[in-house]
Amino acid sequence: MRIDVHAALGSFPFRPHPAGTVDGLRETMAANGIDEAWVSSLSAVHWRDPSAGNAELYEQLQDHPALRPVPALNPGFSGVERTLDQARAAGAAALRVDPTIAGLDHTGGAMIELAAAAAERGLPLFLAVKLEDVRQRHPGDRAPALDPSTLRTLVRAAPRARFVVAAADRGFIEQVHWGSTPAEAERILWDVSWIWGPPEDDLDHLVRAIGAERFCFGTGYPLRIAGSSVVKLELTPLTPAQRARIESDNARSFAGGRS
Amino acid sequence: MLIDIHAHFYHAASARADWRERNVSRLRVGEQVGIRWHVASILGSWGRSSPTYFPSPADLTAGNDALLALIRNHPSAIKGYACVNPNFTEHAHAEIERCLERGMIGIKLAASRRADDPLLDPIAEHAASRAVPILHHVWQHRRHEWPGQEASDAVELGRLAGRHPSVPFILAHIGGGGDWAHTLQAVPPIENVFVDLSGSGVDAGMLEACLAAVGTDRLLFGCDLTIDTGIAKLRHLERLIGRAETEKIGWRNAVGIFPAGVFGAAQ
Repeated sequence: MRIDVHAALGSFPFRPHPAGTVDGLRETMAANGIDEAWVSSLSAVHWRDPSAGNAELYEQLQDHPALRPVPALNPGFSGVERTLDQARAAGAAALRVDPTIAGLDHTGGAMIELAAAAAERGLPLFLAVKLEDVRQRHPGDRAPALDPSTLRTLVRAAPRARFVVAAADRGFIEQVHWGSTPAEAERILWDVSWIWGPPEDDLDHLVRAIGAERFCFGTGYPLRIAGSSVVKLELTPLTPAQRARIESDNARSFAGGRS
Repeated sequence: MLIDIHAHFYHAASARADWRERNVSRLRVGEQVGIRWHVASILGSWGRSSPTYFPSPADLTAGNDALLALIRNHPSAIKGYACVNPNFTEHAHAEIERCLERGMIGIKLAASRRADDPLLDPIAEHAASRAVPILHHVWQHRRHEWPGQEASDAVELGRLAGRHPSVPFILAHIGGGGDWAHTLQAVPPIENVFVDLSGSGVDAGMLEACLAAVGTDRLLFGCDLTIDTGIAKLRHLERLIGRAETEKIGWRNAVGIFPAGVFGAAQ
């Protein structure tokens, strides 16, 4: 069983990429042995009100129980409570927020209130550190990558909130994990998509140092070659139990409940 | 069977305390995934006693010596590039001769001097005289200077390659940072430039664009710092173009640009 917590439909405004469609995602999942995907709208990430893409997302996924919605919102916009309730009713796996793209104070009141409100509904927050390699970004793509201090602050300020964090590298993860109490750290799940495999062996190091219970499988579809995360796990020395945790168990235990 | 044309090793005088573990990991995982040859370089002291991309002559010699020792210890797994700094012409020539005489099979140029600078011409002439390729560090679309290196992009490397059409130039790590789309617009007409697929970047669409730009004859399998991404790219290519064409990228094209016979039975 393999769950991809880091997939999306739609398009990225700053470069062409293979279509982020339901069919494309399902083909990618089949080719890479992925049984379930948590899916957000890549197009909506850059909208002033990302929640405007959620209705289309629910509709696209409604006949595909293996594709779980991760609706998006901007906590600085109106209608947050309604979006949260809809997400809960739609069986969302998590709730996506991209504070730097939305131009929010990353650790301001709106973000903290959102984290707490999502926690009340049993929904983890999905945050992506970045959407693509910062070295290749379009000059107009100026939203900064998420900073480790942002996550540390949010985890401390919303004591019941849980976070699924995608596209973090070893340095980011270590700065948050070792800058948090054990109780804070266990409310964060890290996807493996941007953690280096061998011979740098960053994933191996992190699993040994932090524990397999803190990681989950993610690909970054449709912006990244999904098989990269598969190969990384194959080449990292994991026990069957560790691998099961990373590939599915941790994500399943973190997911928001189906309604 | 694979030939990784962009590998690195570390040594005791380099900046990393975990140098030995990284070397062991590369060889162990290479064996696991079928990398028959690691064609490697060592960039001086990797920043310990001179900057990684501006290595001093003394550090270059020490790094090349460390690689020669690794080659002696792993004669059926490691081949080498002589790493040189073109700002030190005499040292560069001497180092190329010394390393090629001891079995290295190519030249590595990092980012000590812009690729189209005239100071690189004697190095390229040396490569031509010894019929060896040059692996050149590239920043895909260098829109400005980057700290710690005098990086070059495909347009700049293309100028050098155009002046030395008999030398195969390996354009480093298409997935290693910067805008690969810019590179892939620039390289098609320069037939002696080969695109190295290494780098941690695994952008969807990048491999399709590589195939569209230069076909399967000018793509080379490489890993650089991440073997996992190298193998993932090959698997993706196999789905796109089938096993036979992917084999060209995985090793056959490399055999064609290095001196005849250096890969032994692989050929």
